Amino acid sequence: MNFPQDVKYTKDHEWIKLVDGNIALIGITDFAQGELGDIVYVDITTVGQSLNAEEVFGTVEAVKTVSDLFLPATGKVLEVNAILEKQPELVNTDPYGDGWMVKIELTDPADLDGLMSAEDYEKLVA
Amino acid sequence: MKSTPFTQKHIALGAKMAEFAGYNMPISYSGINDEHAAVRKNAGVFDVSHMGEFILKGENALDLIQRVTTNDASKLTAGKAQYSSLPNEKGGLVDDLLVYCIEENKVYMLVVNASNIEKDWNWISQHNNKNVEMHNVSDKTGLLAIQGPNACKILQPLTDLDILNLKYYTFVKGKFAGVDNVLISATGYTGAGGVEIYFEDKDGNAEKIWNAIFEIGAASGIKPIGLGARDTLRLEMGFSLYGNDIDDTTSPLEAGLGWITKLNKPSDFVAKDIFAKQKEEGAKRKLVGFEMIERGIPRHHYQIKDAQGNVIGYVTSGTQAPSLNKAIGLGYVTVENSALDSEIFIDIRNNPVKAKVVKFPFA
Repeated sequence: MNFPQDVKYTKDHEWIKLVDGNIALIGITDFAQGELGDIVYVDITTVGQSLNAEEVFGTVEAVKTVSDLFLPATGKVLEVNAILEKQPELVNTDPYGDGWMVKIELTDPADLDGLMSAEDYEKLVA
Repeated sequence: MKSTPFTQKHIALGAKMAEFAGYNMPISYSGINDEHAAVRKNAGVFDVSHMGEFILKGENALDLIQRVTTNDASKLTAGKAQYSSLPNEKGGLVDDLLVYCIEENKVYMLVVNASNIEKDWNWISQHNNKNVEMHNVSDKTGLLAIQGPNACKILQPLTDLDILNLKYYTFVKGKFAGVDNVLISATGYTGAGGVEIYFEDKDGNAEKIWNAIFEIGAASGIKPIGLGARDTLRLEMGFSLYGNDIDDTTSPLEAGLGWITKLNKPSDFVAKDIFAKQKEEGAKRKLVGFEMIERGIPRHHYQIKDAQGNVIGYVTSGTQAPSLNKAIGLGYVTVENSALDSEIFIDIRNNPVKAKVVKFPFA
């Protein structure tokens, strides 16, 4: 299993990565995609909304099951990864790369300090 | 949690495991879509040893089976099997099952759902007032389903029995992969063709059979398949799953199982009067197949609504169908909304998502 160092992790198995100033990308972890199995649809209807940390920003549908997606930190949802509309399986094959789900504008980038490191997250799912 | 004769194999092969009906079972190996495609196009092996098997013996065995099941077991001759159901006194279903005729009028095998073994055993025992000899051999019986268009071709070299020409819902007994007393039946839960193989779980039989199948099937790319793909495969065929599509409260007539509810069979059976009345009056709700028109995936228990937002039923099973690349489901709706092409709405996270009633099998 893959635990990149350049992202922060949540107990709900999302990751968040600062890309530019207070702009961050969010997705689900390698562990999460493995647990869900083949992902067939990422349903996100919160673009333009400001949400608090741990609020539901969407759902991910696998063949077998459905799971809510929780925002790792407070901010505004700017954009959904449009490629997932046609290729939701990218969440399985490249969860930390092309399988990212939303881009958000963080209210306070310092919120990320409270999230888990790669080492802590690896311990959580071990 | 109970194990099957193959639980350690699944773990060793890296399957994703989970509890199902009290057993530690493989949910998936390489991924549901990949496993699903393997069965539809080639061949896959399911461990379904968790299923229950009862042997009923004696001159009154058929009489007992006739009284507790809805199909007409008197039609069975040795070597034939039938799909049937066990009704309860209120006209719901205790279970659905397969009835195998091992020896006409003498020996029968009932194959029941793992989650219902105890319930079914008690129910049938309760009706056994003529001293039919009953054996619950569930824990001593291994069962593999080898399914797919190439399954029989791959397995044929492992036995002298003719399995290539085995007709649907018939079976043979004999030696398979060096193991004696194996029952091979042309049945399954996938609609992909193939056989199910029952054997006594003793003397390393399970290991012998598993290894023989994977050795001979390696060149053809035979794969182990988990319960996840078993569910998507059966759902594409519109086969009912007990606990989802049928249960203690659903009538077989509502569930589209009128074809196994033989009101004219030469024997009375549990709830026959209720079913006769239902048939005369017409069921008030029906299990229908539907496909999503708008994006969304139906799941068990989601509400079904009409265009005005009135609740007209609920989803019993749903998935993204791997072979069809669309989202499909089964659900009960009021009979007024059950006609083909009826527009219905699946309530997905409080949004009405458009779907339409379609024929099933979907595949």
